[in-house]
Amino acid sequence: MPVSPDAIGMRLQPVSMDIERGRLAAFARATGSTDPVYSDLEAAKSAGHRDLPVPPTFLMAIEMEDPDPFKWIREVGIDMNYVLHGSQHYAYHRLAYAGERLTAASTITDVFSKKGGALEFVIKKTEITDETGGPVADLTQTIVVRNPGVGA
Amino acid sequence: MSAPSELTVGTELPALKIDPISRTTLSLFAGASGDVNPIHLDHEIAQAAGMPDVFAQGMLSMAYLARLLTDLFPQEQLRSYGVKFAAITPVKAEPTCTAVVTSIDEVDGERRATLALTVTLADGTVTLTGDAVVALA
Repeated sequence: MPVSPDAIGMRLQPVSMDIERGRLAAFARATGSTDPVYSDLEAAKSAGHRDLPVPPTFLMAIEMEDPDPFKWIREVGIDMNYVLHGSQHYAYHRLAYAGERLTAASTITDVFSKKGGALEFVIKKTEITDETGGPVADLTQTIVVRNPGVGA
Repeated sequence: MSAPSELTVGTELPALKIDPISRTTLSLFAGASGDVNPIHLDHEIAQAAGMPDVFAQGMLSMAYLARLLTDLFPQEQLRSYGVKFAAITPVKAEPTCTAVVTSIDEVDGERRATLALTVTLADGTVTLTGDAVVALA
């Protein structure tokens, strides 16, 4: 089923997350990190940080705090079983820390297809801001939808 | 660990070799990252989607590559980081993350290195390609 071109310009409900030390330590453990700066407050402070730093790719977790983070995918007509993550890009404005409340605001900026509709691409841009509205990072994600049996 | 003091175009940074990815790791990463897509956790759902088995979250490999970067550079020097996901990472795969300097430029009053990034499995499959820009102290 083709992705609705009406999706372009769609703004998702912003999602906020309190960044917690325990969650960052769990992320460090899950990714095999051995750098104590990402899990041990004393090590972080010794390295000049005011708290545990938020690692480079953790920022995607903010959107996942939504109780139904993939709802918009279904709303634009995509079957989650055929979704692949095509690309992911981060532009960083500053380092974020545990103890902050960060907000992710996303917009669908483009939808296009290749190979006669066999593959569709959805581009989503997300601004991560802090409690003052100051920019923390800009994320760009490409979602690829496989449409078996469609096109060349 | 830190980066070689003199980075020049062509400098290869120390590779990061990851132990075989277990199903436990996929579960831990799902919880920690918030990526609750069951295709990475539930064998039946993966098979219903036409996959032979569950497979690793792409963001897990992106996080491994980020470890290579933050092992070498203080994270506050990381300006941008992006990847393309080229192939699926099966359970028990052994990714190796590599980075090579492709350019050094003066931008906004600071020297920045652009790194070409790759994640390769033991069988030679390239699963991720990307780049990162880091400010040099």
